[in-house]
Amino acid sequence: MLASLAQEVVGIETPSVSWRGLLPTLLLVGGALVILMGSAIVPRKPPPGTWALAAVVTALASMATAVPVWLEVTDPDRGPFTTVAGAVAVDGFTLFFTFVIGAGVVVAALLSDGYLRREGLDGPDFYALLLLSASGGLVMAAANDLIVVFLGLEILSIAVYILAAMHTRRIESQEAGIKYFVLGAFSSAFFLYGIALVYGATGHTNISELVQTGPVPDQGTPALLLAGFALMLVGFGFKVALVPFHFWQPDVYQGSPTPVVAYMASAVKAAGFAGLLRVFYVAFDGFADDWQPYIYGLAVVTLVAGAVLAVVQTDVKRMLAYSSISHAGFILVGLQAASSAGIAGALFYLAAYTFMVAGSFGVIAVLSRKGDAATSLEDFKGLARREPILAFVFTVFLLAQAGVPLTSGFFAKFYVVTAAIGSNSTPLALAAMVSAVIAAFLYLRIVVGMYGFSDEDAPAEDLPTRARVPLPSRLAIGLCFVLTLLAGFFPGPLVDSTTKARPTGSIPAVSRPR
Amino acid sequence: MGPVQVLEHGSQTPLLTIMVLVPLVGAAVVALMPRRRPEPAKLVALLFAVATTALTVAVLVAFEAGEAGFQLTDRHEWIEAFGISWHVGVDGISLFLVVLTGLLFPIAMVGADPHHDSKAYFAWMLLLEAGCLGAFIALDLFLFFVSFEIVLVPMYFLIGQWGHGERTYAALKFFLYTMLGSAFMLVSLVATAVLYSRGANADLTFDLVEIANGAPGAIGLEAGRWLFAGFAIAFAVKVPLFPLHTWLPDAHTNAPTGGSIILAGVMLKLGTYGLVRYGLYLFPEAASYFAPLMVTLGVIGVIYGAVVATMQKDLKRLVAYSSVAHLGFIALGTFALTSQGVTGGVLQMINHGLSTGALFLLVGLIAERRHTRQIAELRGLQKQAPIMAALFTVVMMSSIGLPGLNGFVGEFLILLGSFGTRRWWAVVAAAGVIFAAVYLLWAYQRVFHGEPDDEKPFGEIRWTEGLVLAPLVGLIVFLGVYPKPVLDRIEPSVEAVIDHVEARGGFQAPEVPRLGPAPGAHDEGEEAAPAEPGH
Repeated sequence: MLASLAQEVVGIETPSVSWRGLLPTLLLVGGALVILMGSAIVPRKPPPGTWALAAVVTALASMATAVPVWLEVTDPDRGPFTTVAGAVAVDGFTLFFTFVIGAGVVVAALLSDGYLRREGLDGPDFYALLLLSASGGLVMAAANDLIVVFLGLEILSIAVYILAAMHTRRIESQEAGIKYFVLGAFSSAFFLYGIALVYGATGHTNISELVQTGPVPDQGTPALLLAGFALMLVGFGFKVALVPFHFWQPDVYQGSPTPVVAYMASAVKAAGFAGLLRVFYVAFDGFADDWQPYIYGLAVVTLVAGAVLAVVQTDVKRMLAYSSISHAGFILVGLQAASSAGIAGALFYLAAYTFMVAGSFGVIAVLSRKGDAATSLEDFKGLARREPILAFVFTVFLLAQAGVPLTSGFFAKFYVVTAAIGSNSTPLALAAMVSAVIAAFLYLRIVVGMYGFSDEDAPAEDLPTRARVPLPSRLAIGLCFVLTLLAGFFPGPLVDSTTKARPTGSIPAVSRPR
Repeated sequence: MGPVQVLEHGSQTPLLTIMVLVPLVGAAVVALMPRRRPEPAKLVALLFAVATTALTVAVLVAFEAGEAGFQLTDRHEWIEAFGISWHVGVDGISLFLVVLTGLLFPIAMVGADPHHDSKAYFAWMLLLEAGCLGAFIALDLFLFFVSFEIVLVPMYFLIGQWGHGERTYAALKFFLYTMLGSAFMLVSLVATAVLYSRGANADLTFDLVEIANGAPGAIGLEAGRWLFAGFAIAFAVKVPLFPLHTWLPDAHTNAPTGGSIILAGVMLKLGTYGLVRYGLYLFPEAASYFAPLMVTLGVIGVIYGAVVATMQKDLKRLVAYSSVAHLGFIALGTFALTSQGVTGGVLQMINHGLSTGALFLLVGLIAERRHTRQIAELRGLQKQAPIMAALFTVVMMSSIGLPGLNGFVGEFLILLGSFGTRRWWAVVAAAGVIFAAVYLLWAYQRVFHGEPDDEKPFGEIRWTEGLVLAPLVGLIVFLGVYPKPVLDRIEPSVEAVIDHVEARGGFQAPEVPRLGPAPGAHDEGEEAAPAEPGH
């Protein structure tokens, strides 16, 4: 009544909204609000684990509501659509990331439960922030407008800045939060400036309209637009930690609470790449010749520098932080191909990496002991003797990251390398595989330490007591373990999903009826 | 003879698939057994290994002699979007490598006990066996790569956890060297599939038979050579060919006895087998183009390995370097590109597996009794253990290539086959045979002859140990006296591959060893040959 009145008087047209397309995002926001309000209303402290359970249920519900929409938009007869006046795309790409980010939240929440209780930090605020941040990730993946990408980026990031500093008694955690915040804000400014320049050059911010643009024959690409690309790339580069914009990552990963790192390395990185892939592969498709060389160079530097710097570290969290940079390089290899196979490969990589890395940090989280500081290479020495199962699981995660066959990590590498070769970027493919060998050295260093190859005489009695692995953490690590192997032995179903999830430029505004 | 075909006949049960699955399941079963009681682990593991041996023998029985193509094939879609399938089959080239693998694994498992945590040891062993078998029977590039690469993990743990001396370093070096080679192979392998599907206008496929027999010239001449080089680097590391051999002495010396047997007996053959299957068969033109280089590297390996082996103070390291020499011989035979040469190469792969496996086993027994492998600290063992000395002599003579034992047949065929096409290389390599006699006999003299050290007892070989050695020694003698059944099965497949190289690669193998021009003149003939046969 009021809305129609306003429309008559002022003439504002409210855009049509497809609620089922937005439901996964809204559920996450709603879940966060419920947790916050619930914690204020409930008079007595609820049993421990309640908030974690609420977060897990919310994330699962969000994923569940995404399933029918996924079936709809990947149905060739119906197809994807945009909503909210073309600002949000509901396509396979969006929903693929809904699942990836949702899974990241589930794993992180499960890991956080035991961790926060051990550290005496349990409370509702952590989980509310986690869900809010994930909702930002979904917005970013769904964004069909550069402004909405920015919106998603900020919602995602601001919550993570606080999560990084959540361990109030650890000075490293405080430092990580501040560092992440300052550099993140800095990169947001770059990104925003990039959007402004792109708008200045093309007159558009909507991706469906940017798709129509392309270099004008005989005139080339305007310098303004090239500068816009560069600035946006810097913004994304900070977010997903590409060399040379990676400096924050090792410090932040080392300092932040480990379950938060699991979340950052999986879901946050996936969301960052969702934006990067959509903006460059879809919106600036016409200018592929202009940005491909930049991506090529960034990919090579990121791959090699990430792997080499990882090798010289002595802290396991820091090692994995650097190796995560090298992995980002692999995803760039997929983007550089600028082909549908390349994007599908990048999607596969992100999905596979989510579970590998979340599982790895999950193992570290349960082993890092009270204070979250026992993460140096020394602390992992002889792990195989006191924790044979955890050591084996961690080994599988590490070997998967190294790209050993029959793990999801191998097929992910195979996928992007195939795409690169298909796009005649064979030297890049070779550089990627060689950097994978360098990185393998780093993973093997951890394995060597765990299996105590060199000091078998160390008496087992000197070793610290066994770590307590709470059931939720077991679930999370087990889930990652099973999926890492399953996607390695039978990558077919995931390959098919990534093929369906490739973004397309021209998305109709309305969904077609059945 | 036509291209290497996939033969449809054969048994209906997927014998080869079961053969790979049995050790794989065995590895899982052993890994899941309770940790507290390790004794049954060995028994269960052995059961699975022997069952696998039985299956490899069944494959040997089901194999039809005189046929060139792939037999007992089994094919299932695996990753359809990439044209990747579980496609397996054996021909005369892979058949005996499969049998050798089936034979050596149980021997390696009972031949030497791990000094701790035997459950994990045997689980890794079974996984290793599944990987090796998978690599030998794969008819899909992706499947081959997966099998080729997965064997690194169990071997890495076997060396690192159960090895001696500098085992951490040796394990790392082994893993990284091979993985670096594999990186080149992976890129080549993908490029092969992509370029083939582009050139032949076909869907993306990783099927070996389809690509090798498909539209000729689909992969351009220049590209084919680059791709061959990518594969060859990986195989050259694995074989190992000089100068990529430096990982081998460390890995072999520091590995536990069981690991050394498998490493030398089976895993090195992944490289030489790869050179035949993914070198000659997949890139016939490039193989003949690079043949002079490969043959030269092989011959350098023969001489270098022999010279360095002579200077070794450690008995195990000596055997390790002798592998470099023997494998160089196999490379020479393979890239002689004649029927005799390649047949000899394949036979020599088996021979080397038998003799070096037995040598490592014997060295392991000596080291177990004396806690040293230093030649200088051992002497006069013959008086204390005459039977072991006799067995050592037989095995050593096989390694030297004494007529009447298996090594002679292989080396003779290789020299015969390479003399026609690469005369001077063959002449130099023949000198390597003499070197082999030098370093082995000299080592034997120092270790077994002389007056025994009375203060240190040395136990005679036990009957259980003899039982483990018996099949190896038996086959060494059998193949030396009557190699015909083996050659009958190898030769048709090898001839088909040589025909394939001639048809596709524009290379002419001489019918008989000829007294023609020196090898230099031959190279010119190659370059003048039709470039892309398909056009």
